[in-house]
Amino acid sequence: MGMTGKQPFEAIVSAHAGTVVRVCRAVLGPADADDAWSETFLSAMKAYPGLPADANVEAWLVTIAHRKAIDVTRAAARRAIPVAEPPDTITEPSGRHDLDVGDDLAEVLARLPAKQKQAIAYHYLAGLPYAGVAAIIGGSTDAARRAAADGIATLRRSYTGAAAWKGEPDEHGRSVS
Amino acid sequence: MNTDDLSRDLTRAFTDPPGHLSRLHDRLAAAAQQNGILDVAYHIVDSPVGPLLLAATEQGLIRVAYASEDHDAVLQALADRVSPRILNAPGRLHTTARELDEYFAGRRRSFDVPLDWRLSAGFRRTVLSHLPEISYGHTASYAAVAQLAGSPRAVRAVGTACATNPLPVIVPCHRVVRADGGMGGYLGGIEAKRTLLTLEAAA
Repeated sequence: MGMTGKQPFEAIVSAHAGTVVRVCRAVLGPADADDAWSETFLSAMKAYPGLPADANVEAWLVTIAHRKAIDVTRAAARRAIPVAEPPDTITEPSGRHDLDVGDDLAEVLARLPAKQKQAIAYHYLAGLPYAGVAAIIGGSTDAARRAAADGIATLRRSYTGAAAWKGEPDEHGRSVS
Repeated sequence: MNTDDLSRDLTRAFTDPPGHLSRLHDRLAAAAQQNGILDVAYHIVDSPVGPLLLAATEQGLIRVAYASEDHDAVLQALADRVSPRILNAPGRLHTTARELDEYFAGRRRSFDVPLDWRLSAGFRRTVLSHLPEISYGHTASYAAVAQLAGSPRAVRAVGTACATNPLPVIVPCHRVVRADGGMGGYLGGIEAKRTLLTLEAAA
């Protein structure tokens, strides 16, 4: 190790590319995820020499991805014909059996409100603690935890594979089925 | 809430198709190049002397490394000494890779890619800059090279310069041998030195 000991950026890409693309796909959907991923890593590479040596690289990347996702969403909104906001509650999947379980989950997650989607993606896909999630999406740690819990409650109602997530009590100590 | 199940299902739901990440990586390398932030591009090529790591800055080829030098350690040293903005980006190394192919096929006797000499300084650099004067298929003794470099008594320093050559094969330190006819050492291992000298003698 030399003066900085900072890894080659290639190692950062190798270690985190998969997580960041999953986060982008979860938050934005597949159509815009590639642009957000590319913008995230380009921006990170620009800033990388100045990143403190003890920084949490994954949290840093997710923070950048969050901002880039907002930019991409705004740019898409400027291009698109305005449509109604997605509803907060979602309808039950209607008798579709041809979808992979994963597709089903992706569809259900896509219809969650943005904050819930972000809280779930940053906590469950990127593995950030709720304090880290809150630092990115704003608000308190508790609010971030609640947003994720609310989103998961909706997933449980709508995602057919959720039946397999059993066994543990939720954050309030209640047993969930 | 079973966290592991949810994380596993989400990871599966949002994992991209095979090959997709490598396309994103290529797109990043191209964008980094366009934005002038690809400080070091590298590429690993196969050769008769094993995998060779090639690395180039905007100025030129800065490093050629044998596998025995540990490519990860070489990249880390480049991160420390030049810049950590390093990507596996073969585009910048195309000409070097092609010229090396031609060289190993016996169809090329010298290299004309631009070189970035910043990893070598002082007398070592002076020594290395004289090595291309030893023509293809010939050898010179450490003492003869010391003379070429203008310091006839610095024979040992010539050995050190060769042992720390950041651009082996391209800058032909393999053509420097012992005055008694022995091969002398080589940073890529004695087998690699023998392979290169045999190749050049045959072509």
